[in-house]
Amino acid sequence: MVFEPFSSGTSWLHQRDGRVKVVLALLFSLLLSLLASWPVALLGLGLALGLVLLARLPLRQVLARLAMVNVFILLLWLTLPLVGEADLELGPLAVNQRGLEMALLITLKSNAIVLLLLALVATSSLAVLGQALQLLLVPEKFCLLLLYTYRYIFVLTKEFDRLRRAATLRGFVPTTSLHTYRTYGNMIGMTLVRGWRRGQRVQQAMVLRGFTGRYHGLTVTDLGRADLLLLTMGLAGLFFITGLELRAGGTW
Amino acid sequence: MKDSIIELRDISYHHPGGEELLKGVNLQLGQGRVGLVGANGSGKTTLFNIVMGLSQPASGALLLDGARVESRDQWRQLRRHVGYLFQDADDQLFSPTVIEDVAFGPLNLGATPGEARQRAMTTLSGLGLDHLAHRVTHHLSGGEKKLVSLATILVMEPRLLLLDEPSNNLDPASRESLMAILKVIPLPYLLISHDFDFLQETCDIIYSLTGGGLEEGATAQLHSHAHIHLHGDRPHAHGHD
Repeated sequence: MVFEPFSSGTSWLHQRDGRVKVVLALLFSLLLSLLASWPVALLGLGLALGLVLLARLPLRQVLARLAMVNVFILLLWLTLPLVGEADLELGPLAVNQRGLEMALLITLKSNAIVLLLLALVATSSLAVLGQALQLLLVPEKFCLLLLYTYRYIFVLTKEFDRLRRAATLRGFVPTTSLHTYRTYGNMIGMTLVRGWRRGQRVQQAMVLRGFTGRYHGLTVTDLGRADLLLLTMGLAGLFFITGLELRAGGTW
Repeated sequence: MKDSIIELRDISYHHPGGEELLKGVNLQLGQGRVGLVGANGSGKTTLFNIVMGLSQPASGALLLDGARVESRDQWRQLRRHVGYLFQDADDQLFSPTVIEDVAFGPLNLGATPGEARQRAMTTLSGLGLDHLAHRVTHHLSGGEKKLVSLATILVMEPRLLLLDEPSNNLDPASRESLMAILKVIPLPYLLISHDFDFLQETCDIIYSLTGGGLEEGATAQLHSHAHIHLHGDRPHAHGHD
C-alpha cells in the first residue's frame, strides 16, 4: 500500500507473527526511551540496525525516514549545547558538555526507536497489525478504526481533490480572503458529508457479507516456533540491555 | 412463479416526510435473469435495499423460501443467500488488498484463513482475476473494481444476485467482460440498468418501475421507452437507417 513500502518483503522478520513484533516493538521502545547512558543507547542503536539488516529493508528508504526524524533532532543540537554554562571548548565554540551529551543521547535513542519500529512494525501490513492488536485484546472498535481509516483516507482525499478541481475549473483561486475560507469550509463540509454517506454504505456492504463487529484477518493466528524464538531472543535482549543500563548507573 | 427464493408481497415505501415511492410492489425472484428499468429516483435501488433489509418498507412482507423474514437471524440468513452488487464499487471494496476483500465474507461465515484464501482464489480464478489477488483495491481501474466486487459476492456462494447498474461507467472492454460473465453465471439475478443493449443481452425478462409499481415490459416497448427518454418526440435518425 502507499504507506506500507516495507511490508511486502520476504525476510525472516517479515514472516513473523504480528503480535510478537508489536509486543517487542512496544517494550523495546519503552526501554530505549528510558535509557540514560549513551553507551547503552549506542548498543540499542546497534541492535535496531541489526534488525533492519535482518529485515532486508531498502536502505535508501530507511535513510530517508531517518533523515526526516533527524531534521528535528538537528534543532536540539543547535540549542541544547548552547544552553547553560559553557564548560567545553570545541575549537572556537564554547559549549555546555551536559547539553552536548543530552543531544547525543536523544539522537541515539530516537534513531534506535525509529529503526526498531521500521524493522518490527513496518514489516507487517496494516491488516496484519490490526488483527494482531485485536488478538492482543486492544478494543475492537479501535482496531477497526485503524484499519478502515487507513483504507478510506485515500478515497476521501480523492473526493476532496475532485471538489477542489471543480472549484478551480470554475475560476476559484485561493487567496487570503473570506471567500476563500468560506469555499474551503464548504469543500471540507461536503467531503465530511460524503464521507459519512460512504461510511454508511461501507457499513452496509460489510453487514451484507456477514460482518458482526469482529475483523477476521487472513493471517494464520497460531504462533510458530520461529515466532517463539523471536520472542525469546527479544526478551533476552531486553533483560540484557536493562542489566547493562542498571550497571551503568541508570537513574530509573 | 414456482420455487421463488425471494418474494415481495405488497411492498410500499416512502421516504420520511416524502411521497410514496413504491406502491404495493409484488415480485418473485429465484428463476431466470430479470432486468429492472426505471427513471432516476423511481425507487429501483430502494427496492434492492428493502430486499436486503437495509431499508424498512412502510408495509408489506418479504419472504425467503416461503417464510416471512422478520428476525435478525432471518435477515442474516437471507444475506447468505442473496448477493448484492452495489452501484459504486468503492463502497463494496473496503479491505486493503483484493484477496483480503474477497476472503472477508467467508471469514465472517466461519471459514479458516486457509479455507477463505482458497475460496477467494478459486472465485478470482473463475472470473479470470487471479492476477489481481494481491493488488491494492483502491488502485484498481473502474472495470477491475466492478469485477472484483462481483467476486466478493460470488465467493459467498449466493443463490440469487441483485446487481445495481453493473455496467455503469465501464469502458467497452470491461462491459463486454461483465456481459460474458453474466451470460455464464448459473444464478438467477435481478439487474438494474439504464443500458438497454446490456439488458437485452443479459436478461430474459425486463420489468419497468413506473409510478411506484412494476410493469412487465417487452423489449421493443422498452426500446421505444428509451427513445422517448433520449429523443422525446423530436425526429431522430437511427444508426442503421
